[in-house]
Amino acid sequence: MSESVIIAETSKGSIAPVTAELVSAAIALGTSPTVVVPCTDASIADGAGYDGVSRTIAVKGDCFANYDASSWAAAIDAAAPSGIIIAAATPQSKDVAARVAARRGLSIVQDVVAIDGMNLTSPIYSGKAMQTVSLSGDAAVSVRANVFPAASSSAANVSVVDQSGDVATAVQEVIARASERLDVAEANIIISGGRGMGSPDNFSHLEKIADVLGAAVGASRAAVDTWDDIPHSMQVGQTGKTVNPNLYIAVGISGAIQHLAGMRSSKYIVAVNKDADAPIFSHADYGIVATWEEALPVLESALSSMMS
Amino acid sequence: MPNIVVLVKRVPDTNARIVVSGDRVDLSAVKWVISPYDEFAIETALQHKEADGGTVTALTLGPADSDKVLKDAKAIGVDEIVRVWNESWNELDSNAIQSALAQAVTDLGADVVYCGKTAADTGAGSTGPGVAERLGWASVSNITDASFAGGITVTTPVEGGSAKVSVLGNAVISCDKGNMKVRKPNVKGIMMAKRAQVNVVSADAPASSVTIVSQSPPPAKPAGKKYEGGSSAEEVARLLRDEANVI
Ligand SMILES: Cc1cc2nc3c(=O)[nH]c(=O)nc-3n(C[C@H](O)[C@H](O)[C@H](O)COP(=O)(O)OP(=O)(O)OC[C@H]3O[C@@H](n4cnc5c(N)ncnc54)[C@H](O)[C@@H]3O)c2cc1C
Ligand SMILES: Nc1ncnc2c1ncn2[C@@H]1O[C@H](COP(=O)(O)O)[C@@H](O)[C@H]1O
Repeated sequence: MSESVIIAETSKGSIAPVTAELVSAAIALGTSPTVVVPCTDASIADGAGYDGVSRTIAVKGDCFANYDASSWAAAIDAAAPSGIIIAAATPQSKDVAARVAARRGLSIVQDVVAIDGMNLTSPIYSGKAMQTVSLSGDAAVSVRANVFPAASSSAANVSVVDQSGDVATAVQEVIARASERLDVAEANIIISGGRGMGSPDNFSHLEKIADVLGAAVGASRAAVDTWDDIPHSMQVGQTGKTVNPNLYIAVGISGAIQHLAGMRSSKYIVAVNKDADAPIFSHADYGIVATWEEALPVLESALSSMMS
Repeated sequence: MPNIVVLVKRVPDTNARIVVSGDRVDLSAVKWVISPYDEFAIETALQHKEADGGTVTALTLGPADSDKVLKDAKAIGVDEIVRVWNESWNELDSNAIQSALAQAVTDLGADVVYCGKTAADTGAGSTGPGVAERLGWASVSNITDASFAGGITVTTPVEGGSAKVSVLGNAVISCDKGNMKVRKPNVKGIMMAKRAQVNVVSADAPASSVTIVSQSPPPAKPAGKKYEGGSSAEEVARLLRDEANVI
């Protein structure tokens, strides 16, 4: 069996759940994976053991304190064996995987949503078409979350490799997001509002539901452009963020092609819109034809009683 | 004074309908534009020049029909326009594209390269970091702001917020939308662009190891369930738990 190298996804100092999905992707590719954990504290690699994985390498280095693409790629490349490189399709991991691939003179296929032997499928033209490519030889691959089942955890067989890397960028200042809420790019559930919310103050109704579900709050471009209080960081779509959550709830959003470009691959889509002909309904698993004023209070109380 | 290069790519207008015929996308009827994020890259490059002087060269990799986006970039205000191409190239993979672009950037003697965060066709975001690695340069991706007083400082998203990062040495910087307004071509720019000459250069590219098998329309979603009235939200909440298992 050929080898693969999984670059573990880490979040807030621990292994992110998507890493277990990467193991299933590696197995679907017919490879035997080694998991590589970039870290400053090797103990987090204890959480990166899975059925089907015989080896976990903690790549420990000061350079991993902040994200610096160049030193991360150098350190990961030095510690990782050869083989197909597999990473999560998050902005940072796509970036570092692209550099590791380039270091090794390999190609990279991003945002894979299906694997069939050595054939990989990803969206192109913002999801308006799909493309299947075949690999001959090693390459790097990033895999979208929520596509592959999570491999079961098991005890990790960890070896620690110390790496020092020369950083090529220096963080001067970290500006924490004003709200404690998750960013849409990091969330498994997103509730987004559009121009149909009527005013930025009405986003508080979305926030209440987000709090119940542990969700992020997103927005359409019309909302971001119309109201200064809705920052661009919340925008989902072609010129905003591409998201791939388990659940996307679109409220007062018409479903323009550029909005769909950012969220159409969500596993489940719920739409709340007063216009029964709004295009968003053709993409919704569950559509509610109603004003948000009518629907959101009902949704909030139903979800609250279910979650408590 | 910095020798600034900005990468621009020709892509179908994002409003274009994407039609598949046989097992390939048929782009014969689409309108072509500069990939949207590349407009932010051009703007950032021009702001860099306004701060530090130097020249801005727009570089594309593509056949002759890509000249149009170079002229569009010229109309916006770049100084030079360069296209790298080799008649033997066809469906290059990312390794080939990045190698050829890195070679062209080296040949141009660039100090800093700006590009889009992702191209509207591939959606990949591989080219900036990949070219940087091949040049042995720093890279920062998805920046939303840049300033040029005492070196390049950019704003880039990090977990939990954003960071102001200073770039040490040469770098490839990929640009997100951010808060900047991009300038549009003016009449003088459009006139100059008409007369502008595209400098066509060649480069080597390794053989592709990723080959396209097929392109297809996105899978049709099974029709969803649609309910009338706000009170149906209760039923939808139940289905999200019991049918979809997502909450
Ligand atoms: C190059 C380009 C890039 C773009 N990028 C993006 C992008 O990244 N993201 C993005 O979102 N858009 C983007 N757009 C804009 C996009 O085309 C649409 O204009 C935008 O998505 C519309 O936002 P909306 O659905 O909130 O507003 P509208 O289209 O105005 O829709 C509002 C909806 O709310 C409904 N509504 C009104 N009142 C209520 C109520 N009380 N209760 C329930 N429903 C109600 C209406 O029926 C309507 O369907 C882009 C456009 C271009 C040209
Ligand atoms: N053929 C190309 N010619 C010039 N620039 C390119 C080309 N392909 C990609 N780029 C640049 O790299 C960015 C990211 O592209 P991608 O990695 O395909 O998402 C684009 O926005 C462009 O700035």
